[in-house]
Amino acid sequence: MIGPGHYLALAAALFALGAVGVVVRRNALVLLMSIELMLNAANLVFLTFARFPLVRVQPNEMLRHGLAGHSTVFFVIAVAAAEAAVGLGIVIAVFRSKETINLDEVIELRN
Amino acid sequence: MTTLFYLLAVGTLLGGVGVVVSKNPIHAALSLVASLFFLAGLYLTLGAQLIAVLQVLVYAGAVMMLFVFVISLLNLRDEELGRPRITGAKIIGALSVASVLAAAVKVGGDALLTRTGRVFDVATASPTFGTTATVGRSLYLDQVLPFELTSLLLLVAIIGAVVVAKGKI
Repeated sequence: MIGPGHYLALAAALFALGAVGVVVRRNALVLLMSIELMLNAANLVFLTFARFPLVRVQPNEMLRHGLAGHSTVFFVIAVAAAEAAVGLGIVIAVFRSKETINLDEVIELRN
Repeated sequence: MTTLFYLLAVGTLLGGVGVVVSKNPIHAALSLVASLFFLAGLYLTLGAQLIAVLQVLVYAGAVMMLFVFVISLLNLRDEELGRPRITGAKIIGALSVASVLAAAVKVGGDALLTRTGRVFDVATASPTFGTTATVGRSLYLDQVLPFELTSLLLLVAIIGAVVVAKGKI
């Protein structure tokens, strides 16, 4: 029987993968993708607790509690889209001035 | 149900591994698309129909399209891509991140197991859980201010992305 623990373990593994990607990879594009992975892990946790709430809530309140989680995931998706747009804009600007997107070579904020 | 969960979970994790290890950014982007599709399936198993459709439309459709466009726009040369070098510092960094997260999962999991005697399942308690009508009602009634602020955020992001990427206007 699959319970909330399975989903939370998967979300933790996904978040760890994203965090390792941010630490290890030096390509700016892959770094942004790793951030997306971590955001999705957070979304999975929100949806898990939307369906399986930790505290006992009244049956007539249950639906509203769960849907707060769904609304939050909606906002996270919107914020992730905005973050990707601005982040990719920065990547393009950096590539224009430095001719590289390797973050080890982009070490100064000037120019 | 159990088989479906493990199928989707393994797909999601393999996609995530593909993002982290693939040398070419386009392979990483396609792995991420696969991972997002499997995640949408997982959202369906959690009873979140609307969010699953949004995941495919917004993430796999719009955001990843943006990534692929930028990758092809930058026209990276082979030496630009570079081989992912494995250095001692990277291994130490990856191991420390993974171990801190493993410890957090252990502590959190123990706390969770001691707290929850039995699991409440909202989706079986209310059949309209996660449908477009109920989530939409929640968005437009309970969360209307953040919802409207989201549109402002997206407007700012559009203008910001153009200003940052354009250089001279």
